[in-house]
Amino acid sequence: MGIFNFGRKDPKDQPSKDQPSKDSPAASTPAGSADSAEKPRGLLDRLKAGLAKTAQVLRTDVRDLFKREGRLVDEDFLEELRGILVRTDMGPAAAEAIVDDVRDRLRARVVDPEVVLDSIRTQLLARLRNTEAGLTMAVSGPTVILVTGVNGSGKTTSIAKLARMFTRDGKRVVLGAGDTFRAAAVEQLTMWADRLGAEIVRGPQGSDPASVAHKAVARAVEAGADVCIVDTAGRLQTQSNLMQELSKIRRVVAKLVPEAPHEVLLVIDATAGQNALSQAKGFKEAAGCTGIVLSKLDGSARGGVIVPVTEQFGLPVKFVGLGEGADDLEPFSPERFVAALLEGAFGAEA
Amino acid sequence: MFESLSASLTSALASLRGRGKLTESNMREGLGAVRTALLEADVAYDVVDTFLDKVVEGAIGAKVLETLDPAQQLVGIVHRELVNLMGPVDHSLHLQTGRATVIMLCGLQGSGKTTSCAKLARRIKEQGRGVMLVAADLQRPAAIEQLAILGRQLGVPVHTPDGVTDPVAVCNAGVARARKEGASVVILDTAGRLAIDQALMDELKRIDHTVGPDQVYLVVDAMTGQDAVRSAKAFNDALELDGVIMTKLDGDARGGAALSVKSVTGVPIKFIGTGEQIEALEDFHAERMAGRILGMGDVVTLVEEAQRKFDQDEMARQEERLRTGEFTLDDFKKMLQQTRRLGPIGKVLGMIPGMGQLKELVGDADLDKDMGRLFGIIDSMTPQERRNPGKVIDQQRRRRIATGAGVQLQEVSDLVKQFDGMSAMMKGMAGMGMRERVQQMQAMQGQMANPGMRLGKPKGDTGKRLTADERRKQKKQREKDLRRKRRGD
Repeated sequence: MGIFNFGRKDPKDQPSKDQPSKDSPAASTPAGSADSAEKPRGLLDRLKAGLAKTAQVLRTDVRDLFKREGRLVDEDFLEELRGILVRTDMGPAAAEAIVDDVRDRLRARVVDPEVVLDSIRTQLLARLRNTEAGLTMAVSGPTVILVTGVNGSGKTTSIAKLARMFTRDGKRVVLGAGDTFRAAAVEQLTMWADRLGAEIVRGPQGSDPASVAHKAVARAVEAGADVCIVDTAGRLQTQSNLMQELSKIRRVVAKLVPEAPHEVLLVIDATAGQNALSQAKGFKEAAGCTGIVLSKLDGSARGGVIVPVTEQFGLPVKFVGLGEGADDLEPFSPERFVAALLEGAFGAEA
Repeated sequence: MFESLSASLTSALASLRGRGKLTESNMREGLGAVRTALLEADVAYDVVDTFLDKVVEGAIGAKVLETLDPAQQLVGIVHRELVNLMGPVDHSLHLQTGRATVIMLCGLQGSGKTTSCAKLARRIKEQGRGVMLVAADLQRPAAIEQLAILGRQLGVPVHTPDGVTDPVAVCNAGVARARKEGASVVILDTAGRLAIDQALMDELKRIDHTVGPDQVYLVVDAMTGQDAVRSAKAFNDALELDGVIMTKLDGDARGGAALSVKSVTGVPIKFIGTGEQIEALEDFHAERMAGRILGMGDVVTLVEEAQRKFDQDEMARQEERLRTGEFTLDDFKKMLQQTRRLGPIGKVLGMIPGMGQLKELVGDADLDKDMGRLFGIIDSMTPQERRNPGKVIDQQRRRRIATGAGVQLQEVSDLVKQFDGMSAMMKGMAGMGMRERVQQMQAMQGQMANPGMRLGKPKGDTGKRLTADERRKQKKQREKDLRRKRRGD
């Protein structure tokens, strides 16, 4: 057995490797004998079949001639792919970039859609690569975490979940009810604190949130707590006065604990569309956001917008919220996120 | 972040000018830009596709108007289709006479149901009707307290569960109490849910069946992405919606969800939430929303806001001074102060069509702070200097003013120079309506794209401008002369 024989064996083996085993004999038969297997009845039929085959051949990469399954990567296929990607909310630009990449590498080839999805997964993972950071914890004294976000994104629930995670680890948690604006926001957090057995520091309705934050951190220091989580009122990134209020909260807590806040988390609703980009930009600039909590990922929304968000602003996703219960918070796993993002894509064919 | 649609279309369709008709092939590139704009605005993917088909249908064969940029024309067609799709608007609450009208609000978690309930209650109360709120959100901690507090602020009674744990029973009791107390409208605040949560969807259906609300409104967050179609459809299938309230439109969300929701449910959008304050509920306008989705700015809102906030008498006085050419630095300062009342300059710029880019361009430059410096310089001048800065202010006065205002000498010179250019422009604008002025501003946009922009004095008359017809005649005459010359006679 020389090197030449070895080299010749390769192309024959190649197709059978790509195919399910029951198809491998057929896959390795040449195109001519495949025709006879179809048993066309008349001359016209045979001609038609032959022409169809030629048309297929003309549109097909030579590497895929022997494949009988899979899909031709043509504009229709790419269009379908674009639709799948855009529907995850990753935005037209990111979707277009991925579609272009697939077009460059696989155009006019017949491939198993799973192969395409695999390459997309790889690409998405590369884009999300900086998102596996855990929480920064204080070396000594309490770790101060500021939780921010637009109205209704799920800040208070996320805080409850974070608190639960820490108390489960045996850490002592102090909550700061910094949403002094919305009616009953303090009550909502108090109910959670009672359920979770965490201490809560509150101020009167309408009082300065920075003073509540200050009191909460002071209490955490005094009580020797491990973690102090400060809630803030929901605000839109366009409200510059409210965004400045966040900077003030930062300054105030830093007076008590110089490195604080150790984390400033931005809660992004998984149902959010492209506006999340503007949110990330605004909150990063004004509040020095250090990471993202992607909430409400248990619904039908896929939260794809964090792909351009992490890419453009370098903000890692730290946790995902998966339900209404206090335990429904998980560390972000890029692999699982990407798998869920593309789940059901090309479902019928794959 | 978002390039304005008009700008990207202009480059995509540059070749189209004067090409006769819009066809599918010559529009393709332009429609690509429209599509990207719509997707960036979070209009659902499938909705964009059907929508563009409709645009093509309406646009094919339309003559490319000589007077109009083809891009502008296509934007016009797209805009019109958007308005058609999101309209007609129905702001009526369809209140019953003689018995209590029951309005039920539903929506996803965090979409703004409770706040919208309060806003709606305030609107109805202002119409002189009795309202009662029913707190049927038994899921979220403290949701009941939130509604109770809002009700107290509004002076509107709130029916709370008081230990009852079945939301259907709470709604029934609330409606019965409202009937007994003679309230003419009852608003039910239901629990937020994820559309896929079947148990909670069933709960909503039970409320719908047993209480039989007259109107069911879906509350949708303007920031919602592609999922808007799915959730809206789920709610519509379960409850047969009568209207939609879109919230959080005071931010910079483009609000494409409005189009998605309307096209998947066919239900009109009635109101929009534009702030956290309890009075921030406005009627929905399809034209404004269309402009917003396309990133074209919102002139109507700007004009309305300007009319509301500008001091009309002061405007009239300035108008008069402009006409007579007596525009001074004092007037300029007053004008700037008026503009400032509209809010931060960046926001104002963003509302002017086409100025969005300028806003990006200016970026971090603190326009409001710059304005403060300008005021400082003007305040350091004598009345005479303010009246005629170009003529009176010499080097020595310049130095004095700069010291007085605490600015560099150059800044004073710049102001004087710019004022000369500006006052000429202002004279040109005098007598125009607000809309025309905005158009004029838009026309200036090209010049303003230059960051180191200085408004120079306008150039003098360059002579007569010939019409196309006249040019043709001239050319004919020239050729005639030439031929005659060649023939040698």
